[in-house]
Amino acid sequence: MDLLPHLVDLNADYARAIDNDELERWPDFFLDPCLYKVTTADNLAHGYESGIIYADSRGMLQDRVTALRQANIYDRQRYRHIVGLPSILARNGTELRVETPFLVVRTMRTGVMDLFATGRYLDVVPCDDERQSLRFRERLVVCDGARFDTLVALPL
Amino acid sequence: MDTIAECATTRRCWPSDSLTRVPYWVYQDEANFEDEQQRIFEGPAWNFVCLEADIPNRGDYRTTHVGAMPVIVVRDADGTINAFENRCAHRGALIAFDDGGNVQNTFRCVYHAWSYDLAGNLKGIAFEHGIHGAGGMQRDIRPEGHGPRKLRTTTLYGLVFATLSAETPPIEEYLGADVLGRIRRVLKGPLRIMGRFTQSLPNNWKLYVENVKDTYHASLLHLFFGTFRITRLTQGGGVLVSSDGGHHASYTIDRADDRQSTAYREQQIRSERSDYRLADPGLLDAVDEFGDDIRLQILSVFPGFILQQIQNCLAVRQVLPRGIDRTDLHWTYFGFADDTPEMNRRRLRQQNLVGPAGYVSMEDGCVGGFVQRGIAAAGEQVSVVEMGGEGADSQATRATETSVRGFWKAYRRCMGY
Ligand code: FES
Ligand SMILES: [Fe+2]
Repeated sequence: MDLLPHLVDLNADYARAIDNDELERWPDFFLDPCLYKVTTADNLAHGYESGIIYADSRGMLQDRVTALRQANIYDRQRYRHIVGLPSILARNGTELRVETPFLVVRTMRTGVMDLFATGRYLDVVPCDDERQSLRFRERLVVCDGARFDTLVALPL
Repeated sequence: MDTIAECATTRRCWPSDSLTRVPYWVYQDEANFEDEQQRIFEGPAWNFVCLEADIPNRGDYRTTHVGAMPVIVVRDADGTINAFENRCAHRGALIAFDDGGNVQNTFRCVYHAWSYDLAGNLKGIAFEHGIHGAGGMQRDIRPEGHGPRKLRTTTLYGLVFATLSAETPPIEEYLGADVLGRIRRVLKGPLRIMGRFTQSLPNNWKLYVENVKDTYHASLLHLFFGTFRITRLTQGGGVLVSSDGGHHASYTIDRADDRQSTAYREQQIRSERSDYRLADPGLLDAVDEFGDDIRLQILSVFPGFILQQIQNCLAVRQVLPRGIDRTDLHWTYFGFADDTPEMNRRRLRQQNLVGPAGYVSMEDGCVGGFVQRGIAAAGEQVSVVEMGGEGADSQATRATETSVRGFWKAYRRCMGY
């Protein structure tokens, strides 16, 4: 089965969930347990494990959403993800390793727009059950730069 | 001293002797910003430059800044740490332009290949004697005076500080016994770097430093703290302020009777939401690794260093001014070399609390900008810093702005206000 179109769909829907403010759908793109981490190319190169967002269960992803909805204070803003084509790096029968480039434009309440983040997703996507839609076992968000403007509220 | 009315016509004039009033021009004035470079960052202050763990081996270096000044920090052959200005004696180019690396024995400026030893001494000039007898240097220009400036360095439990002033006292004396003890408490063994992130803030550097020292806001602005009882003003704790005012350590102690406290509900404060529950409470699976029931300790060293312990989430932060309304905040997350895999995972999870996307730090990234924007037309007005009195002494409560006043005490002494 050609999985590429399914990966493209997965990424497109993932981006829509975040960009169209349907954050409650975001945890559903992941299996449980999972790994979601936002880090930088520098940290990856040094073997530093920390992320500015780190979740190793779907519950932690749900908590992110709850915190953003109920707890955290930040300027109203929107992302627009432009997600490139996935490259399947490896397939070992039941699991794909995929790399996908992204860029995110952030528009603030004031109308100020920034090229907020660019980088690549390094994903692990199980594909053992063809009836199931694809989900992430692992999604590392590796930002090209080490600098984040003001704050990272919404997930990348 | 001048009254506010007299001051209104003169920027750069402090409106009151009291530590409870801070004029807003101090976050806006370009000339003041330039003075800060001379009087504070290049003055009698210890500036945090890196961790020893950043440069463990001979020839390892990091590039950083002391205020606006670019600086190289490097491990010398004998294990000591040198720091010198990252500016070539020839035409002023950066001597090292990457974030860090290893240079063995020599730094070589890329522009015309002049070379420096690990102490920042000029060692070689390319084509010094010209080519085939033509060109070259007419005379020996090596004498000091225009080379990169050297900084004195000191280390403290794995932290590296640097100063340009001969007057800066030894670090232990600079900090005072209270704050020193609070650093020793956290930095109990060899450190292990876990990650580095830079956050750019849309505000003056002092607004961020004040925010760090402001124990009053912590559980009011940050809902996450309050609801999960990581820190609340009703918990035990207090603030230590060094006698010069510049350094502080605030802390909270776990206290069992807090769960019954209704103080927040009575105040109708936004950050009280009893219905808020974590789907994965693993985030709060903390252990008392320092054995003293202190759940949280935030410590600052004047002018721009922060050491943070929030449960098992440890980090240092370096505050670097980039302009009157731009600041870079450099985070280094760390653990200890002997962390178990469980402790490592605990730290990774708890790091969600801090940094640019931190459940409790996220707001700190934007409130400075809210102030910077709010005061845009109020350069001649003052802020009110009166919680907990008028002094800058240590206090056994965190419903106080004592360490903010301490900052201004130290700042005004350096600046001559
Ligand atoms: S500027 Fe460094 S060698 Fe010329
Ligand atoms: Fe805060």
